[in-house]
Amino acid sequence: MTDSPAKVSGLGRYADDISVPGMLVGKILHSPVPHARIKKIDSSKAEGLPEVKAVATGRDAQRPYGILPIGHDENALATDKVRYIGDNVAAVAATTEEAAERALELIEVEYEPLTAWFDPLEAMKAEEDWIHEGRPHNIEKEYHHEFGNLEEGFSQAAFVQEVRFYAAEVNHAAMEPHSTLAIWQPDARLTVYSSTQVPYYLHRTISDVLEMPMSEVRVIKPMVGGGFGGKSEVIPLEIIAPILAKKAKRPVKITYTREEVFYAHRGRPITLVDLKVGLTREGKISAVAARVVQDGGAYCGYGPVTVLYSGALLGAIYDIHNLKFDGYRVLTNKPACGAMRGHGTVNVRFAFESMLDMLAAAAALDPAEVRRRNLLQAPCVTVNGLRVTSYGLPECIERVVERSGWLEKKGKLPHGRGIGIACSHYVSGAANPIIRSNMPHTTVNMKIDRNAGVTIFTGASEIGQGSDTMQVQIAAEVLGVRPERIKLVAADTDLTPVDLGSYSSRVTFMAGNACLEAAKNMRAQIFEAVAKKFGCIPDELESRDDAVFYRYKPAQRIAFDEAVRCAIDFHGTLVARGTYAPPDESRGGQHKGAGVGPSPSYSYAAQTAEVSVDPETGEVTIHRVVAAHDCGKALNPVTVDGQVIGSVYMGLGQAMQEEMLWHEGRLMNPSLLEYRIPTTLETPQIDSIIVESEDPEGPFGAKEAGEGSLAAAIPAVANAISDAVGVRITSLPLTPEKILEAIREKQKQDREKNAATRSEKRGAR
Amino acid sequence: MHRELIQLDINGERRELAVPPQKVLLDVLREDLGLTGSKRGCDDSSCGACAVLADGVPILACVAIASCYQETRIITVEGLAVAGEPTPIQTAYGEAGGSQCGFCTPGFMIAIHALLQHNPNPSDEEIRETLSSNLCRCTGYMQIYESVRLAMRRMEARSAQPAAVR
Repeated sequence: MTDSPAKVSGLGRYADDISVPGMLVGKILHSPVPHARIKKIDSSKAEGLPEVKAVATGRDAQRPYGILPIGHDENALATDKVRYIGDNVAAVAATTEEAAERALELIEVEYEPLTAWFDPLEAMKAEEDWIHEGRPHNIEKEYHHEFGNLEEGFSQAAFVQEVRFYAAEVNHAAMEPHSTLAIWQPDARLTVYSSTQVPYYLHRTISDVLEMPMSEVRVIKPMVGGGFGGKSEVIPLEIIAPILAKKAKRPVKITYTREEVFYAHRGRPITLVDLKVGLTREGKISAVAARVVQDGGAYCGYGPVTVLYSGALLGAIYDIHNLKFDGYRVLTNKPACGAMRGHGTVNVRFAFESMLDMLAAAAALDPAEVRRRNLLQAPCVTVNGLRVTSYGLPECIERVVERSGWLEKKGKLPHGRGIGIACSHYVSGAANPIIRSNMPHTTVNMKIDRNAGVTIFTGASEIGQGSDTMQVQIAAEVLGVRPERIKLVAADTDLTPVDLGSYSSRVTFMAGNACLEAAKNMRAQIFEAVAKKFGCIPDELESRDDAVFYRYKPAQRIAFDEAVRCAIDFHGTLVARGTYAPPDESRGGQHKGAGVGPSPSYSYAAQTAEVSVDPETGEVTIHRVVAAHDCGKALNPVTVDGQVIGSVYMGLGQAMQEEMLWHEGRLMNPSLLEYRIPTTLETPQIDSIIVESEDPEGPFGAKEAGEGSLAAAIPAVANAISDAVGVRITSLPLTPEKILEAIREKQKQDREKNAATRSEKRGAR
Repeated sequence: MHRELIQLDINGERRELAVPPQKVLLDVLREDLGLTGSKRGCDDSSCGACAVLADGVPILACVAIASCYQETRIITVEGLAVAGEPTPIQTAYGEAGGSQCGFCTPGFMIAIHALLQHNPNPSDEEIRETLSSNLCRCTGYMQIYESVRLAMRRMEARSAQPAAVR
């Protein structure tokens, strides 16, 4: 990886590692109550402290914002109400952290309590004290989709199951806590270093809220210590630090504590999935109806997108013609949920893949075979308008069946040991941008100077997923030079062109394609000059191993440096540009909410998990997960393996042990010690298998690799538990308590059944 | 605020500075000495990102009172490379995918370095046990193990043929 030396040496700089002279420490006062009107804030005592250089409240930035144009319902500091424990009330900038904390204690706030809503189903029934005035009954958004003919579909089914699934709330828990440094420049411009996945959206929002032209704000993304969606919208500290810097006329840095990270949240919501699926006698899915309720927390955030993904991505994995979806995003007095790896699809995929196993059992079919019988015939457009261009799912299934020893194991392992299979998929970026426009989703610029060093200027945000390396590799491949020759300047809004950010797995497909185009445009200029020198046409040239040569006589060649100098003699410094916009055909249907789900391409995944369950304690040991992922083309196999394994790991965390525990709006486990992401000891062997379906529109055939494998991990384990001990757990996480209770319930039912059979036999005698 | 003068031995350099008596080593490194390689990832000494070596033993700098370490040789991630030459685990990490976001990497570098110094040939289970003190949210640990095994192979090759690569 191009950035490894910076990481292993400790010399790379993340936001909190950057300090500048005169810098102040910013601290935020958070609400201790879940829902209340603010009657009064008195900060005079705090302002009286000599170390305090600025105090800010909601009065200092009254323009609301939000990641979606339809959801501008947040203020970085509360203007009238607080809506969750942890909501942001006031902030101070002081010369020391101790002084800033002392100042917070001196701010007096008077609250008038309102009814607080913690349960989404209760919140939907509320007649008063709605969390946002414009959102009656606390429903942020609801969507109702129906494709095909449900009634007819269910009438064709020989087996129908209807089950409620539940998934607890989980947090990204990226290792780097959020941090923002805002520098008020002498020329009254603002520079912001921030731990963000979306520098461009941050740039827009700061400009909007602080009412400064975008040209006077510069956002720089330093190294980012993981995101997983938690840094993919504007987080309050990213607005508060600039407000304080502007007021203090000095640089201000705010870094969240881990507890603040949990309360800033934007993670995966508590989700209720009422799922009904019909299967024909032949094992074909004949109809699917899903009702999804998401507990979104106190602000909109990405909410409508999250709930739409949970419906849209019922499609584009299996061949489904009759599909109904009812989705509700509900507001409650808890921290806002948002995008988290596998955005919107994960909890519904847990439900769906669990359900497929239940139906397979009813139909006496092998679970792998049921999945085979419902494959898409790609290329195709699904009933809900998603265009599938490449489809490696069949190969993924075959590869995990083979590698895991499925045929020898499924249903054949001793009681207490089991194996499960599940599939999943994900988008390679959204075909429709959050803010509708005709602008390309990404632009990459490239420059070569007389020293023949190549510089890529890209807005794409490296957050650990390999974005920088991927672009360097693409440019090196096209220009035929060593990667060491290439420098990359990334995600600095003064220097790099707009890219929409690192979310929804869009970077390889979109920034990769833009980089590919820029490199080809650059190569064309070099070839044009060399062709004149050689007396041929540019089409007859090739570039490889730091040299440009005549294709039909490779000995006729010049070194890349010299080729560049030839071109510079024509053009001056060489510059090139590439852009990417998804094709119109990939942008989806016309129904309300059709904008979410369409992607230029989808990744596919299949996984098996092998587990042991202790029938006395309900404790699960996962022995091995085999994960196959169709990434189109692995531009960097080490990175693809790392993304797939990392996705499975995060899925296993959600499956087995992660859960945000709430008590009346207060988080009971806001630390890594209590929230418990898996350590090495809880992480099983995970084997990654790369499947390459070569997408026709991806750069060199590549598509998504960083999220799609997460969702399959959870149902693969749930299905394995069912295979091991015959109980079906429909609630996440899959804790020993739930498993033990289900085992005991099953034993009770088995005893009753046996007793009934015995008494029947006696009766018959 | 009351401060006291302390002397620390950091990466082979003697540093003298005035700090509040309760200041933890991590804050001294990051704020007073500009050594920001050691990271703060949690509030409760559970993530391991701040690990440094104290006389060759990994400690968590976030809960170590700096003034208590005046008689100790402290090595931070910045001090691991010998004369600018990265250690085997530092080079292996980049090639085998040990780092993704890299935020936990300094802590892992310290933990792995100490492990391999103490035991150049740990079993898979020993590697797994030792690294359970450090959290990584990106990799799922498999490529971290792979990096350790690659570093072990390189160290073994070097000790077998001391003249070849050095």
